[in-house]
Parts: sequence; C-alpha cells; structure tokens
Amino acid sequence: MRINCPNCGDRDVREFHYRGSAKLLNRPAPDAGEAAFVDYVYLRENPAGLNRELWFHEMGCRSWIVAQRNMSTHEFAGTELARNAKRGAK
Amino acid sequence: MRYSALQVLRNGLTGNKSWKPVWRNPTPKSHYDVVIIGGGGHGLATAYYLAKKHGITNVAVLEKGWLGGGNVGRNTTIVRSNYMLEGNMKFYSHSLRLWENLEQELNYNVMLSQRGLVVLGHSDGQVEALARRGTVSVMEGDDGVLWSREECRARMPYLNHDDARFPVYGALMHQRGGTARHDAVVWGFARAADMRGVDLIQNCEVQGLRIENGKMVGVETSRGYIGAGKVGMTVAGRSGQVAEMAGLRLPIESQVLQAFVTEGLKPILPTVIAFGMGHFYISQSDKGGLVFGGDLDGYNSYAQRGNIPMMEHIAEAGMALMPMIGKAKMLRSWGGINDMTMDGSPIIDKSPVENFFVNCGWCYGGFKAVPGSGDCFAHLMATGNPHPAANRLLLNRFETGRLLDETGNGASPNLH
Ligand SMILES: Cc1cc2nc3c(=O)[nH]c(=O)nc-3n(C[C@H](O)[C@H](O)[C@H](O)COP(=O)(O)OP(=O)(O)OC[C@H]3O[C@@H](n4cnc5c(N)ncnc54)[C@H](O)[C@@H]3O)c2cc1C
Ligand SMILES: [Zn+2]
Repeated sequence: MRINCPNCGDRDVREFHYRGSAKLLNRPAPDAGEAAFVDYVYLRENPAGLNRELWFHEMGCRSWIVAQRNMSTHEFAGTELARNAKRGAK
Repeated sequence: MRYSALQVLRNGLTGNKSWKPVWRNPTPKSHYDVVIIGGGGHGLATAYYLAKKHGITNVAVLEKGWLGGGNVGRNTTIVRSNYMLEGNMKFYSHSLRLWENLEQELNYNVMLSQRGLVVLGHSDGQVEALARRGTVSVMEGDDGVLWSREECRARMPYLNHDDARFPVYGALMHQRGGTARHDAVVWGFARAADMRGVDLIQNCEVQGLRIENGKMVGVETSRGYIGAGKVGMTVAGRSGQVAEMAGLRLPIESQVLQAFVTEGLKPILPTVIAFGMGHFYISQSDKGGLVFGGDLDGYNSYAQRGNIPMMEHIAEAGMALMPMIGKAKMLRSWGGINDMTMDGSPIIDKSPVENFFVNCGWCYGGFKAVPGSGDCFAHLMATGNPHPAANRLLLNRFETGRLLDETGNGASPNLH
C-alpha cells in the first residue's frame, strides 16, 4: 500500500504511523459533557466503505495527513494535510 | 449418531458407507425464540449452551457463508488462560476449564492439546514481569512455572539464545495452554447444537434488524424475514456493521491479523512459543506445519488479506528467534478481520435495544474464548443477567471507566 503525502508524493506505507479515525480532530468543547467525550474517545463508525483517518508521515515530512480510504479495498479517495482539513467534517 | 471407537471400527470395516451428514440443512422457520447472527465459534457455542443448559431449543443460527468460514477457521488455534486483569482472568479461566472437558461434553474430538505455552523474556525486567504474571495466574487457580536461562537452553535448544539484542533470559511456561483443532471445534458445536434441535441456517445473511418501540422483533435476511424473541450478535469482524443496523455504534474497529503455515515437517516443536520481542508466536500443527503469526497489520481493514510489511516483520522476528525455520518453505498465508476494541478486551452484554444482545470485541484472541463465551452469552440471553465469569465484560465500561486494558495502550485498537 502506498499513501500519497501532499508534501512528499506517493510513499510506502512503512513510512507512516496510523492513528485511526479523523474524528479525533474534532475534540468536543471542555464543557460538552461526558457523553460527548465517551463518543469522541471510544465510539467509531467503522465503515466497510470510505473511512476518514489520520496518518502521520513519521519517516518523511512528519506531517499529519487526513486520508479517505476504502476499508474493504484499501483504495484511497484522497489525502490532505490535517492542518488544512476541515474541522467538523465527518 | 453417537461417536465411539466401535463406530469408527464398524464403519471402517464396511467401507465408511453409513456415516450420515452431521447436521441438518433446514429451511428457516418464520419465528424463533432466539436468533443468533453469525455461525462462527461463538454463535454455535451460544446456541449449544442455550439448548443444553437452559432448555431453549427453538433457536436458529444464521450464517451468511458457511459454518466456520470466518475467523474461527482462520486462527492459529492457541488456547490459554494467562491474563492479568480481574475481569479477564476469571473469564478465560472459566473458558479453559470448559475446554478441558469439551470432548466429553460434545462427544467430538476437538483435538485439544495442552502442550504448554512458553512466553520468553529477554531482559531482567521482562523476566520479572513474567514471574509476576505466573504468580497472578497461580493465584487465580491457573498455572505458571518460571524457567531459568539454563532450563530454557536445555528445553529449547533450537532457539537463538544468544542473540545480541534479544538474548533469552528466561521464560514463563503455562502448562495448561496449547492448541486445538479449529474446524473440529466448529463441527463439534454445530453437531451438538443441531442434535438438540437448533436450526443451523447457512447462506443466510442478516441485512437488517427490525426494531419496534425500542424492542428487537426480528431480522431481515437474504432468505426473508425471520421473527425472533431475542437476537444475539456474534459476527466478530463484522460487529460494527451489524450493530449499525440497530442504530448502535461500538467502541470497535476492524483490523486484519495474518497467519502463516509452512510445509509439513517432522515433529520439532513440542510447545507453543511466544517471542517476547517484536511479537512472533509459533506452534506445530498435528499435520506437521509450523503455524505462526504476529501483530495486526496496523490499520483498519475489512480486506481479509494481509500486507507485505507485516509479513516481512513476522518473518524477521521468526528468523531472529528460531533461525532453523528459515529452511522451511512457507505454504500459505491468510488474514482474518478482527473486532478490535478500544481497550483490547471483549464485550458480552445487553444493548440499549431491548432483546438485542451483543457478543463482540474478541480482538485476535477469541478462539480460546469459544466455550466460555458461548456459556456466558447463553446465560445472559436466557436469564437476563451476566454470567459471574463475564460480569466485567460490559459495554458501559467505556462510560464508567472500568476498562480492561491489559496492555495499557489506551484507546488505540491497533496497539492492543
Ligand atoms: C489470523 C488469526 C489468528 C488468530 N489466532 C488466535 C489464536 O491463536 N487464539 C485465539 O484465541 N484466537 C485467535 N484469533 C481470534 C479468533 O479467531 C476470533 O476472535 C474468533 O474466532 C471470533 O469469534 P467467532 O469464531 O465467532 O468468529 P467468526 O468465525 O468470524 O464468526 C463470525 C461469523 O459471522 C458471520 N457473519 C458476519 N456478518 C453476518 C451477517 N450480516 N449475517 C450472517 N452472518 C454474518 C461471518 O460469516 C462469520 O462466519 C485469531 C484470529 C485471526 C484472524
Ligand atoms: Zn510527507
């Protein structure tokens, strides 16, 4: 599997560290309540189709990347730098 | 037909012509008291214990493919009870005790082989941690014996004891751990459940759940609607998808674990061995193949096949520990989809939807759990209360904070 890093281009998956759902970009407000935090930390969509997820280009430019990847085929539908990614998007 | 040595002899002498199919192939009825979704180890065991212990026999197990085509037929068959957190220990201890009587219980040879499981330590600190683990196991009523460096050398001469980075400093031997024949476990539970009247329905995919006023009333399947008093979910890697049909989200991500097997060799490996570094574990099957594996591929996937980086990593770890296996040819490799929870421990519980019960989150360790999980899930579904051995495996632990995180890795399923 190769991941298209917006800075470095197509790179082998071995260069990346996986951090799971990009939902982690949307931390609830401190006063959002316990349920919101349980949801944020623990509950996942786990789709068999497109997943929006976080990868860290650890052995490259060391940027966090948001990728859209199909969990059944591993096909990528797009990548962008996490810093540019829209917060609040699913 | 009850199996016995006499049956084998009689049929052997008469050309094996009178064996009957081991279970029926029924058409689904319009309603069951209990519908179990998923015909893997956990679903079949649940159906069996519902019938056997609770007298609930109007039960169907719905399997989208064939019985045992999921993880239960893809795993590396290690059976053990050497956990360290209270909620897990009593559960796996209970399960191992059921394993030890399973062949008599099912009248089926599941080929349980308590050949012992050796976990290696490669530093003083690691050996001390193993000593602690062994002590905890003994206190739970299980077993554990610490092997010194010299004992390791004498008992496992084929290991690379003097590797510069990972020398073998000692090991913990879990004598009652071992392996079993995975398919036989499926067939044994399927046959025993069928004999007690359970309908095993294959090629029947659950595609929707019918909920009325917050109550589960039945399932939509590829073979039509089936009404149900209660519905239990045992779909392993597909838990997220089936739960979604009930409008639930789980603390679970699906990830691939691979396994590998070599050509058949003469007996060379008497125990199961787990490398304490880089994660690699190996045993030898009764056919002679070396069966081995390691860590998860590391990212979410429903692909049911493995990646090359992890294959390389596992091969390297194997070569570091046991150089002799480099001469063996690898025959096959495969992957299965694991239901990884956020704390690495399983869930056997009711759900927010009345009459809908969830059994999931077995991660890469649910084969050893098959009898225990079946027993505890049947108990929960029949009585409405958690089985004492599974009363910490609850869904709400992610809210209450009573997590069961054996590795201490936090909410990162790929690290458990
Ligand atoms: C490579 C590998 C090695 C492993 N090694 C070990 C080991 O050494 N020791 C150990 O203890 N554990 C091990 N495990 C884990 C263990 O195999 C699983 O935790 C366990 O088998 C899961 O429970 P099950 O048997 O019920 O799952 P499965 O056999 O996967 O059963 C689930 C069933 O549900 C069916 N299903 C899914 N969706 C639907 C639907 N919508 N409708 C109807 N049916 C559906 C599937 O087809 C499947 O047959 C390993 C797993 C893998 C992948
Ligand atoms: Zn980069």
